[in-house]
Amino acid sequence: MTAARQSFYSGIRLALPIVLGYLAIGMAFGVLARTSGLSVGEVAAMSILVYAGSSQFIGTSMLAAGAAPGAIVATTFLVNLRHLLMSAALAPSVSALPPRRQAVLAFWLTDETFVAATTELEGRPASGAFLAGLFWTSHVAWVLATVGGAWLGGRLAWLSHWGLDFALPAMFIALLVMQLNERRHVAVAILAALLSVLGAVYLPANYNVLAATVLAAAAGAAWPARTEGAS
Amino acid sequence: MRAQVLLVILGMAVVTYLPRALPMTVLSRMKLPEAFRRWLGFVPVAVLAALLGPALLLPSGGWQPVRENLPLLASLPAFWVAGKTRDLLGTVLTGLATMALLVALRRLGVG
Repeated sequence: MTAARQSFYSGIRLALPIVLGYLAIGMAFGVLARTSGLSVGEVAAMSILVYAGSSQFIGTSMLAAGAAPGAIVATTFLVNLRHLLMSAALAPSVSALPPRRQAVLAFWLTDETFVAATTELEGRPASGAFLAGLFWTSHVAWVLATVGGAWLGGRLAWLSHWGLDFALPAMFIALLVMQLNERRHVAVAILAALLSVLGAVYLPANYNVLAATVLAAAAGAAWPARTEGAS
Repeated sequence: MRAQVLLVILGMAVVTYLPRALPMTVLSRMKLPEAFRRWLGFVPVAVLAALLGPALLLPSGGWQPVRENLPLLASLPAFWVAGKTRDLLGTVLTGLATMALLVALRRLGVG
């Protein structure tokens, strides 16, 4: 077996927990999208072209609410701004790959594949085959789960009565806790959550997430680390 | 497929792709100011918490008594498992199982 093929398979293995998570969340999304009026084809197009869980949930609920296309796209953009940092953080591991390859692989960067890749690589260079195995497996699982959920549609609606849509917040909980490495992170998280709740009450739809993120991250950055003050 | 929905999907695809690709391909070749990088370092924690806060405290858009707020109740074991194991799948399954249990208890008139 060639080294590239081995890397590809190790990427697939790393994707397996993500696949199970995506199956649950993707099914929930498919059912929800169908009951919100999207067709199976529209769900497939969204999962293939957009491939972002929280954006798709938010976009679908805004479509169902009859929001303006510009507002939906702008909100999606705000929700996705967090990927800027993940993309920057992964850059050193792909700097040896050709720029065009980087630009193609970046399409598959999600919260979950980012956490899996960075945890596995620990800053070491990634082979294109490894990332392809991880990324493609995750994307295939997402498309199959969402289209399957949409196709079964009403027949699976009972699942949402049992709280299947809680899979998304539960995944956010796991990703958040994985990033709480110091006390400042906990403080920033609590501040962001409270600001976001206040914003949800007082700001127009979904601007609360961006406003709370910008302010809470600024508070964290302005709060000097203890070692800096001592040195 | 409706043309307007397809247009929205294409727009969403573009604004989802750009933040994924730009830093990796462009910013990695530039030197970012230290203060900006420190701020960026808090963004993942802040954005996940900002998404979670309303999802848990204002489910279905408004405040509910804690006893009736199933997402908030189900988040407690999920947080506990996440802290103990740092395991994505285990946390999701714990959250979903707790949620199903809470729904079942409520249907039985216990919760």
